[in-house]
Amino acid sequence: MEFLVGLAMSFGSTLRDVAPIVLMLVVFQALVLRQKLPRLKQITSGFALVVIGLSLFLVGLEDALFPIGETMATQLTASNLATTAVEVRWMDYVVVYAFAAAIGFATTIAEPPLIAVALKAESASGGAISAWGLRLAVAVGVAIGVSLGCFRIVTGTPLQWYIIVAYIIVMIQTVFASRTIMPLAYDSGGVTTSTVTVPVVAALGLGLASNIPGRSALIDGFGLIAFASVFPIMSVLSYSLISSTLAKRKHTPRKTEH
Amino acid sequence: MKALAGRIFDAMRDLAPIVVVIAFFQIVVLQQPFPNLGDTFVGLVCVILGLALFIHGLESGLFPFGEAIAQAFAKKSSLIALLSFAFCLGFGTTIAEPALIAIAAEAAEVVALAGHIENEVSVREAYALNLRLVVALSVGSAVVIGVVRILKGWPIHVMIISAYVIVTVLTFFAPHEIIGIAYDSGGVTTSTITVPLLTALGVGLASSIKGRNPMVDGFGLIAFACLAPIIFILVYGMIA
Repeated sequence: MEFLVGLAMSFGSTLRDVAPIVLMLVVFQALVLRQKLPRLKQITSGFALVVIGLSLFLVGLEDALFPIGETMATQLTASNLATTAVEVRWMDYVVVYAFAAAIGFATTIAEPPLIAVALKAESASGGAISAWGLRLAVAVGVAIGVSLGCFRIVTGTPLQWYIIVAYIIVMIQTVFASRTIMPLAYDSGGVTTSTVTVPVVAALGLGLASNIPGRSALIDGFGLIAFASVFPIMSVLSYSLISSTLAKRKHTPRKTEH
Repeated sequence: MKALAGRIFDAMRDLAPIVVVIAFFQIVVLQQPFPNLGDTFVGLVCVILGLALFIHGLESGLFPFGEAIAQAFAKKSSLIALLSFAFCLGFGTTIAEPALIAIAAEAAEVVALAGHIENEVSVREAYALNLRLVVALSVGSAVVIGVVRILKGWPIHVMIISAYVIVTVLTFFAPHEIIGIAYDSGGVTTSTITVPLLTALGVGLASSIKGRNPMVDGFGLIAFACLAPIIFILVYGMIA
């Protein structure tokens, strides 16, 4: 019963989020474009499936994953309090960095917007970009980003230096990157941090910041999402650089093979 | 039906890493039992089913629709209609975004604690509401700029790098407390529904305009929609 109430509420809030978008699409379709849509039935049922699917997805996340994820984040970040060390040593939190990397990777693989963009990229590139390759590259980027972000919270170093250095690295990579992957790489920064990743990662950041002496949850707890949005750009650009170099090497015949 | 079975299998594979990570840290590292295993299992089934349905709906509804609308706009070739659509899509999806509502309230709290605004409920609420408006306006304008870029075929890296430079410069002048929130905001404004729609719109436009390549020109709308809020929140923090 409680579950059904949760499901109904999730359905209601998803509907409320989607309603303005659908309304706008209908208005433009009816007043501006004034054109009959092809496959109207299929599109309508597709939208219905999106709303139903998203509600189920969210209610499941709230029931199953978020409570455990959040408890784990608090327990892992608090377990070091027992040492009552006066000085915060960054090595004391290695388990937290490992958890951050693992959960960042795992939640990114399940992130629906990333799946959407990856599918689109695969079809738009005619299969030259594999959806799985892209998703793995992004997930690795998020893993590194969130882990480094936790290190930053523990050490209390200013967020802007990390982000600005990351920007500079992206700029350098841009010089060498192919023009077909660039827009996709920039986009991948925004699609990673969504429904699944944000709540878990935010809980991790707030847990860390409130448990470490001298850190304020309000000021130091932020920034993990920023890390998780910049690092995938780097990892996708690196992925494309590496795979194009490998492809080149494959095409040039090697002498040793004779 | 067969397609849906395949999607359920895909969804199970997509969620497997989370299950493995949580189980590993819970059992091996924290060495604690799982609380209410039954609830967790039901929740997991919902997540898998939901993801499968969502992706199915995406491919049968959202993607074709986004592309059909992009093609219709390209055919109609009314620039004003297209740009106002782009603005409404960016503004409309952002203003009601739950993640933005949460982050605006937090920003107001932080700024009030730092003493930049009066720490009263009404003042904080006004600050948060204005912030939301500013961010929604910024995302709307960003999508417009992104669409113009697709039409004109401007190189994306010049624009993105300029945006990075602007963010970097603004960071030095913005109040210290707002920086974290501004940087984070870029990631949260683009939601699960907006991303597929923007992607389909961009790719659809780029494939129906002569001389544009869907890969080179079609992607990038999300990148603009992510950077604009960072810039606008930093500016807002300096002025308000």
